[in-house]
Amino acid sequence: MSDVLDRPDAGAGFAVVGTRPVRPDGFDKVTGRAAFGADLVMPGMLTGRIKRSPHAHARILGIDARKALALPGVKAVVTGADFPDLASELVEGGEAASNMRDLAVNVMARDKALYEGHAVAAVAAISPAIAEAALDLIEVTYEPLPHVIDVEAAMAPDAPLLHAHLFTEGLESRPTLPSNIAKKHQFVRGDVDAALAAAEVTVEGRYTTKAVHQGYIEPHACVAAMSPDGQCQVWSSSQGHFMVRTYCAKVLALDISDIRVTPAEIGGGFGGKTTVYLEPVALALSRAAGAPVKLVMSRDEVFRATGPTSGGVIEVKLGATRDGTITAAEVTLKFQAGAFPGSPVGTACMTALACYDVPNFRIVGWDVVTNSPKVAAYRAPGAPISAFGVESAVDQLARKLGADPIELRAKNGARNGLKAPYGPTFQAIGYQETLQALKDHPNYAVPLGPNQGRGVAVGFWFNVGGESTAAVHVGEDGTATVVTGNPDIGGSRASMAIMAAEVLGVAAEDVRPVVADTASIGYSMLTGGSRTTFATGMAVVRAAEKVVDELKRRAAGIWSVPVEQVAWQGGKAICLDPAKGDTPPLTLKGLAGQSARTGGPISAEVSLNAQGAGPGFAAHLCDVEVDPETGHVKVLRYTAAQDVGRAIHPAYVEGQMQGGVAQGVGWALNEEYIFDAEGRMENAGFLDYRVPVASDLPMIDTVMVEVPNPRHPFGAKGVGEAPIVPPLAAVASAVSQAIGVRMADLPLSPPKIRAAIDAKGA
Amino acid sequence: MAQFDYVAPTSVEDAVKALVAAPAAKAMAGGTDLIVQMRAGRAKPATVVDLKRIPGAIGVRRAPDGGFIIGAATAGAVIGEDAALARAWPGVVEAANLIGSTQVQGRASLGGNLCNASPAADSVPALIAARATCVIVGPAGRREAAVETIQAGPGRTSLQPGEFVLELRLPPRPSHASDAYQRLIPRTEMDIAVVGVGVNLVLDADGRIAEAHVALGAVAPSTLLVAEAGAALVGGPLDEAALQRLDAAAQAACRPISDKRGTAEYRTQIAGVLARRVARIAYDRAKANA
Amino acid sequence: MSKIHVTTTVNGDLAEFLTDPQTTLLDALRDALGLTGSKEGCGSGDCGACSVLVDGRLVCSCLVLAAEAEGRRIETIEGMAKGGELHPLQQKFLEHAALQCGFCTPGLLVAAKALLDANPDPTEEETRYWLAGNLCRCTGYDKVIRAVLDAAAEMRQARRAA
Repeated sequence: MSDVLDRPDAGAGFAVVGTRPVRPDGFDKVTGRAAFGADLVMPGMLTGRIKRSPHAHARILGIDARKALALPGVKAVVTGADFPDLASELVEGGEAASNMRDLAVNVMARDKALYEGHAVAAVAAISPAIAEAALDLIEVTYEPLPHVIDVEAAMAPDAPLLHAHLFTEGLESRPTLPSNIAKKHQFVRGDVDAALAAAEVTVEGRYTTKAVHQGYIEPHACVAAMSPDGQCQVWSSSQGHFMVRTYCAKVLALDISDIRVTPAEIGGGFGGKTTVYLEPVALALSRAAGAPVKLVMSRDEVFRATGPTSGGVIEVKLGATRDGTITAAEVTLKFQAGAFPGSPVGTACMTALACYDVPNFRIVGWDVVTNSPKVAAYRAPGAPISAFGVESAVDQLARKLGADPIELRAKNGARNGLKAPYGPTFQAIGYQETLQALKDHPNYAVPLGPNQGRGVAVGFWFNVGGESTAAVHVGEDGTATVVTGNPDIGGSRASMAIMAAEVLGVAAEDVRPVVADTASIGYSMLTGGSRTTFATGMAVVRAAEKVVDELKRRAAGIWSVPVEQVAWQGGKAICLDPAKGDTPPLTLKGLAGQSARTGGPISAEVSLNAQGAGPGFAAHLCDVEVDPETGHVKVLRYTAAQDVGRAIHPAYVEGQMQGGVAQGVGWALNEEYIFDAEGRMENAGFLDYRVPVASDLPMIDTVMVEVPNPRHPFGAKGVGEAPIVPPLAAVASAVSQAIGVRMADLPLSPPKIRAAIDAKGA
Repeated sequence: MAQFDYVAPTSVEDAVKALVAAPAAKAMAGGTDLIVQMRAGRAKPATVVDLKRIPGAIGVRRAPDGGFIIGAATAGAVIGEDAALARAWPGVVEAANLIGSTQVQGRASLGGNLCNASPAADSVPALIAARATCVIVGPAGRREAAVETIQAGPGRTSLQPGEFVLELRLPPRPSHASDAYQRLIPRTEMDIAVVGVGVNLVLDADGRIAEAHVALGAVAPSTLLVAEAGAALVGGPLDEAALQRLDAAAQAACRPISDKRGTAEYRTQIAGVLARRVARIAYDRAKANA
Repeated sequence: MSKIHVTTTVNGDLAEFLTDPQTTLLDALRDALGLTGSKEGCGSGDCGACSVLVDGRLVCSCLVLAAEAEGRRIETIEGMAKGGELHPLQQKFLEHAALQCGFCTPGLLVAAKALLDANPDPTEEETRYWLAGNLCRCTGYDKVIRAVLDAAAEMRQARRAA
């Protein structure tokens, strides 16, 4: 099922780290007791609903809410007029910086509707039925405009223009005319044109992907209450309640200290809940109605009105020597940003060649607005898309050279000391070990039968550190709580408890993790960027270490020895002073019981901005079988190897790898946003937006390679995002091998595959 | 969902009265199509008439002539549990059991599948190939009609105001007879059929095909009973020549659309592919049925 | 339109509530009865997060009208554990780390229990097809299937021992 390969210098011998205790929130989650965003009820709560544009692009000429307000049971209606107009301002809150003006307009339209589903008004009423009826009574007068969704069509000079204020950034000189091209990104090294011209072997390809949604099963949901004195309570499921606080404050021009956000359990995010859609609207409704408001999206709204990730075009040209040294790479990316600038094309550029040592490259990325929902982060944002193109081209190169696809990547692979394409120098990375682990896996030797194909692909994600706060409190009976401000989206609570327990020298069950609200713990950046185990874990460890220092001081006082003569081992203070003879150790429980007498409560809080996050390298292997008559693809085997640094809780690390693989397989085979001629989404539900179901997948084999990160107390590296990067190309290359035709346009639905087989035979 | 009145009559007469009383009344069996449509605003009945408490609407029983009578509101899961029905009509049963997930199978019915009148309904090709009939009740009394006559186009039936389907009937089975159904979907489960094919064969004692019925789903506004495809099989064993004739006849009959689930060209190709595969399965089953 | 009075049994207890005709069983369970363990993931029967048993039959509660619960026997996730004692499936889900965010977990557990009640010794393939109506976006299903098969084995063992 899964292997954990320790490197010789891993220095294992942990008591708790690396074990698999049952997660602390497990009982609530398997009994239905855990409270998610839509589960909260507050006294006097109203139901909110949002009215959304039916047009992909339209001027809003007027909104008349009088009939809606007159309906008995309706307590408030808000529109764009109830929200302040913000200046353009970049604020760090999500995984990247967000423009507050754009965020605010996305939350509630002002003079234009920019995509089908764009919020134009909202209502609060005493029952869902009345709120529903009131929506129909809000009269919105639109002037429909031509729309554009395809990224290359949006780049054309005569394309319908979304924003008159948008002038392309990143060009040599600022253009005189606005366009839909928000920004050009460029990364250059060496002389790629000369290197390509001189290359003995070249490979060229054009690859395309469609917009896909994160697909979390829990729709966005919140309950918000603003009291007449302006104090706000928000309960919502998000990937960062401090982010929710920041964004609500900005969008509504409130003081941060007047907003208290409590995190509900979150039913999946994958980046899609690193922003806000509902909370500011619920607060505005609550203010107008004078009562708490619950606002929950339907599945239809989730698809039409929350960010998928970009669809994109990837053009790749590779140059190599005949013996398989890649000398040149040119990558051009064009990404849909949706209605506002900010596609992940920048990170896609930065990661595109990160697994390779290429002396000459030019990577260009275009961020292009389109009349579709504003894209949101989706697990390693941008990287899967550029990796699809690059890895497909590398696979084509391997075929052309007759080279083994893993060996070709190892030969040209990133290693310690290499300067990454995006700047920093790699240290303590485990990429070569990961490739080797994949090559050694028994699945790589399984012989293939007719109509079967094998694909190999690799992937990279930086992982981030950032600001986190953690507190450790010791109770009077010696049990402890570890308090953080990061919503638990994948089992991180268990890892926090494990790390604190390891430092304190107690069992994981004796440390209870708590995710506290924004008023009860210091600031934390959100749960994303694969940062929580790394950065918040670091804060947890430092806080636990401070607690241990304090415990040692208490013991030193009790024994009247200098604190240097006290050691902490196995959850006990040990007296090292030879003069004190056989002093029995003092346990954590014993010290806690005397804490009032020895100086007061034992507690520590640490805030930090974690540096030194270790990047994630993944190498995947996918075997498929294609039915040549129907084009139907069956995934036979999938093997995911990854450098995880140190698996704090191995089962949850495996889970991250398997989950990322499943999303990547869906992205490759069946998922896509389908728009009709009017720019309306045709498949805004789980019937026709086809995520993988249990019968679509085999068991997913994982190999966790541990090359510890020296910058983390236990060697942890982020693990959550790298697993989604390779599958698009791994699946596509496997299908291409099975049918003998390169498949370059995702998703690989059966009709496309059958057509490719027919064209080959023709 | 828009508001409506809900009634659950306990007799055919009361159900007919309820359907006639409100012009915008709709019958509901399992609700797995109707509730979805009401929630999406595509159906706005003033009254929903729940058929499930009417005697005879739920259950599988034998007719005196050895055929089967299936209550129109019987859930697919219940149909799948009837061993005798599965032995005699494995194609009808597997088609019924392909409608939706296990959860949907707990509710979805043959009557609902037929009267929802989606061109891609899974059970309809198998029922038509089986030459199944419906017992329809209404203001004018009781009548029986072939299943294919109920279809009037996407989302429309030939039922008159106040009528609903109470039962589906399958004829008695001779020896050396069996049926099969397959559909093509992009995933392995949970999808609407891109193409569905039902084949029903009766063989003589020497393994020659004496009777053949082939029905195609999702390739036309309604499920097609393709006489030429059946005729292509009759007279001999299921050899390659017969399969080729079948394939060609199936493809020739297709009048599909291109939509988000498949192109017209693809649907036509797959109709031929599935016809071959389903005919083979029905043939092997029929030969094994003494 | 006047409300309908429904009398039903939920997890063995008598339950009564008033409902609008158009309210689904899912909304009645969550709002009228405060049983929020069943979740709405899609409202159209495509995700299984709302799975319950009605008269022993696995269904999506978002596709059942609350009014149809009259006289029926409803079982939800809240009835799966007996007091503080988890059902073997619940225990195995925890041991195998078969949940990450936990949102789909109640529906998966109810569906898995229905599987093992009908088929105590399912194969991996049978388990995957039975659970195809329960979407999970976090786990890739691997640990879920392992947990179900392990629970099935343990329950068969317990039956033999009994």
